[in-house]
Amino acid sequence: MAAFDRALPEPALIAQASSRGPAATTAGSPLRPDLQLIADLVAPNTRVLDVGCSDGALLAYLASTKNVDARGIELSQEGVKECVSRGLAVVQGDAESDLHLYPDGAFDYVVLSQTIQAMQRPRELLQEMLRIGRHCIVSFTNYAHWRARWHLLRGRMPRSRCAGEAWYSTPNIRPCTLEDFELLCAELNVVIERRLCLATGGMISRLASRRWFDNLLSEQALFVLSQRQGQAARRA
Amino acid sequence: MTALPSLAPAELDTARLPGERIELSGQPFKLDCGAELASIRVSYRTYGSLNAARSNAILVCHALTGDQYAADSHPVTGKAGWWHLMIGPGKPLDTNRYFVISSNILGGCMGTTGPVEIDPATGRAFGLNFPVITIGDMVRVQARLLDHLGIEQLFCVVGGSMGGMQALEWAARFPERVFSAIPIATAARHSAQNIAFHEVGRQAIMADPDWQQGDYLARGTRPTRGLAVARMAAHVTYLSEAALHRKFGRSLQDRSKVTYGFDADFQVESYLRHQGITFVDRFDANSYLYITRAMDYFDLAGACGGVLARAFQGVPTRFCVLSFSSDWLFPTSESRDLVRALSAVGANVSFCEIATDRGHDAFLLDVPEFHRVFAGFLAGAAAARGLT
Repeated sequence: MAAFDRALPEPALIAQASSRGPAATTAGSPLRPDLQLIADLVAPNTRVLDVGCSDGALLAYLASTKNVDARGIELSQEGVKECVSRGLAVVQGDAESDLHLYPDGAFDYVVLSQTIQAMQRPRELLQEMLRIGRHCIVSFTNYAHWRARWHLLRGRMPRSRCAGEAWYSTPNIRPCTLEDFELLCAELNVVIERRLCLATGGMISRLASRRWFDNLLSEQALFVLSQRQGQAARRA
Repeated sequence: MTALPSLAPAELDTARLPGERIELSGQPFKLDCGAELASIRVSYRTYGSLNAARSNAILVCHALTGDQYAADSHPVTGKAGWWHLMIGPGKPLDTNRYFVISSNILGGCMGTTGPVEIDPATGRAFGLNFPVITIGDMVRVQARLLDHLGIEQLFCVVGGSMGGMQALEWAARFPERVFSAIPIATAARHSAQNIAFHEVGRQAIMADPDWQQGDYLARGTRPTRGLAVARMAAHVTYLSEAALHRKFGRSLQDRSKVTYGFDADFQVESYLRHQGITFVDRFDANSYLYITRAMDYFDLAGACGGVLARAFQGVPTRFCVLSFSSDWLFPTSESRDLVRALSAVGANVSFCEIATDRGHDAFLLDVPEFHRVFAGFLAGAAAARGLT
């Protein structure tokens, strides 16, 4: 999902499809741009868990281009069927109840793309992801984007342009802002290794010095997180 | 009550059955119960051909009442093999690519050593003198068969229900010999409910006077009524309420109103009786006792202090666990337990619950979604194994 309604002139480069909708399905076709950004962050020959992997587009890409040991969890049977029929190691399950099964540091990367806002307990999920992965890659829609603020100023809830669902039916039950997310990271005492702010049109802005400005202009945010050394060591 | 007819015993000369049969002798075969078998005969079928690297072999493990005739027609019933939808050129188990092996399990009654075979020590059928066997024993016999065939590693071991138990046992006991495994509609242990159903079946057999304390072969009788009732009760567990309703509802059998008697008024009764009567033609009652017992004893976690994950520690096998939404005999929750254990040790596992109303038996039926996921997993595994 992405981009609040009231139409950009052209579909934004980023995240045209909803996290629940299909991403690139056929091998060789280009990866959805937000997934491509994530893929570019992943080092070759690593172990990756994609939480809410949908039809497995990212995993298939990583497996074929970066020799990644690609695993996934997906709630929908449609998604899982698609993944397994493509030869991907994907388990049908609920990330919020199943991540605790994985051992500490089981993966090099744990990816949560456009899903955190649909979780019941995002804080606990993030902690589990940090436990089982050396790095966590989290991408989400920033609800403090000026267009969303404009919606609220006009007295309406922001609606995503693509999913376009009303407040009473949207799966996005935990919308957050870029700043909210950073505060959570601080509260959990995690290291923000990278932060990418994606403005309208997919441009990557690097306005890290002014967080309120990023918060206003970023439609999407992408974070790479890891546990602080001491915490990981204590666990080990 | 109109009882089921007592059929004449259909004598089956297992030595003359079509297909291959080998004798594994030399060292005695030690069973989990402590007993030993001096030699073991194994009847099996193969489909497709083994490649030069001997890397394309797939072992198909059959369920409780299955046998080695997975793809070709059954010599007794004349019906198509129990997995003919799955095995063949262009089918999910593509015999143009893979070498498919299907053997009758230890304790079976289609040519592999079991209670119906002659005990070399006495010259008479084993009957109840046959030692109690386990899923582990069945798998070790299959391993000996593979040794005989010169196959070091299986590309895949697949099976539904009890066949899935064997697939799990294979991966846990011989991880280096199993590149991939597809356990379908199965569990890592037999549940209390399932043990209970098996006990009903066994008691039905043993309540038949023709069972003769298990000595019916020597005494020239066959406990066909008991075995038929066991089959009828079990058959209900293989279906689902929705499937029964769709298939039969409350429809009457060849009549327009109920007869106020105990004839098969309802189509579902008539169907079940047919299932029971036809089953006894091809199955041995004592075999039924021994095989259901082997399933009851199955508990992979039992040998690992109750921690299932330990059974799969370090197992390199790629797993594809499949369940069916309407299966209440081996419900999806059992598959999830298995998947959790595999995830906990970082095993390479895929899992999918297939939505269908056809119950436990769905793995034998034409369920296109199931076939698609199955074939997709196998294709992915073949690519990883370097099979062309």
